[in-house]
Amino acid sequence: MSDTTPLRRTPLHAVHVEMGARMVPFAGWDMPVMYTGIVDEHKAVRQSVGVFDISHMGQFIVSGPGAEAFLNRVLTNNITKLQPGQGQYTLLLTGLGGVIDDLIAYRTSEREFYLVVNASRIDADWEHLETQLNKDDDVMMANASDFTAGLAIQGPKAREVAAAVFGNETSFPEHNTILVTMTDTGPMWLCGTGYTGEEGFEFFMPMETAEMWFRKIVEAVKAAGGMPCGLGARDTLRLEMGYPLNGNDLSEQRTPLQAGLGFFVDLDKGNFTGREALVAQKAAGLPDKLAAFRMTGAAPPPRPHYPVAFAGDIIGEVCSGTQSPSLGVGIGMAYVPLSAATIGSTLEIEIRGRLFPAEVVKKPFYRKPSV
Amino acid sequence: MSNVPDTLRYRESHEWIDPTQSPSPVGITDHAQAELTDVVFVDPPKVGAQVTAGQQVCVIESVKAASDIYAPVAGEIVAINEALGSDPGLLNREPYTGGWIFKIKPSSPAEFDALMDAGAYGKHIA
Repeated sequence: MSDTTPLRRTPLHAVHVEMGARMVPFAGWDMPVMYTGIVDEHKAVRQSVGVFDISHMGQFIVSGPGAEAFLNRVLTNNITKLQPGQGQYTLLLTGLGGVIDDLIAYRTSEREFYLVVNASRIDADWEHLETQLNKDDDVMMANASDFTAGLAIQGPKAREVAAAVFGNETSFPEHNTILVTMTDTGPMWLCGTGYTGEEGFEFFMPMETAEMWFRKIVEAVKAAGGMPCGLGARDTLRLEMGYPLNGNDLSEQRTPLQAGLGFFVDLDKGNFTGREALVAQKAAGLPDKLAAFRMTGAAPPPRPHYPVAFAGDIIGEVCSGTQSPSLGVGIGMAYVPLSAATIGSTLEIEIRGRLFPAEVVKKPFYRKPSV
Repeated sequence: MSNVPDTLRYRESHEWIDPTQSPSPVGITDHAQAELTDVVFVDPPKVGAQVTAGQQVCVIESVKAASDIYAPVAGEIVAINEALGSDPGLLNREPYTGGWIFKIKPSSPAEFDALMDAGAYGKHIA
């Protein structure tokens, strides 16, 4: 994106500024990175509840008699397993098996699907889906991204917030389910998902109603001991869970198998775009793999693009990296050769010309303390 | 409003130095810590290093980003604040007291006059 492209604004932009948010560019949008501080917001989500503006994300509605077959042909997970009301994490690949996007696909009815895609990939996803669509597929696609706003309510008190805001209007969407409800203010899509590792849901709505809902939800979130949260906390929360971020950890240059997302790829469901490449890569052996690491001593936080060394040689770079607010140590992910990717192996992260040791660990970095 | 003590001198890049003490402690201002939020790591300068005014001497890291810290005056770094190693949050909680970063023995105390006083720095961040 060139520097002269104006940043897009969500319908909540003015409200964020009014609430004291610091705005930064993200995926072509002017988004709140924080309101009071990343660590406070992060802890609010882990301990009570937070609300995020996710209006930048994209929504596609794919419907028609051929929708299921079409989506099963372009997405990696097996969409035929979804009953109406259910959703799954899945990936959209190039013919060579590279990741165009990771997304969540929900079946809203027998013949209709609701896809939630990354903001930075809306155009690429749409173009790719159009090129994959054949005339006789009997599928209709609608891109609702430009008139849909979204809020993510995340944290152990997300249910409390939902009850306070919606009352009896709708029930709480359980994990990996979707509830589509028509209200006086228009349709609402409530999706039992999130990007934080906490209980919660993502709530999509017509843009015109976003400010009304956001103010109500912020009030309920604060009453429950939480706060509005920016993209800074969203990033530290997702990285503590080891969830990949498209653009950092996923790209068209690597397959979901390299990214450790094989669980969401069904090689046995029949053909889909990229399948042959994945089968060939599996047979040949992976060239590298996304490893999770944590710094083992006192060290500056690892950050994207810092060089990564193994046994004295630079073998890659940090994809995602930050200081974990929950653990108080630096954590990150990097593509490394399989020999370096085993749990317990020692990597070194080069930070301002010095090497700091890190240990390859199992994901997630953070596990909820058992109650 | 940010706290800007009268007794200190300031750089445009938001470091403070205390000219009334010798060697002089250096830190970041209340305004700077509020902008950075949550300092999580301080990469200190080397004790014994000779530095020039405006030289980048160390880095402090928040969750969000790494920020360079510059020497307000020329001189020798004679001490670093060891407490920041285990508690970098001191920079946020006590920017002018417990959160000092290093002490410098100025080679030319006249350089203090080139720095902003509290009034000028207050206008700088207004």
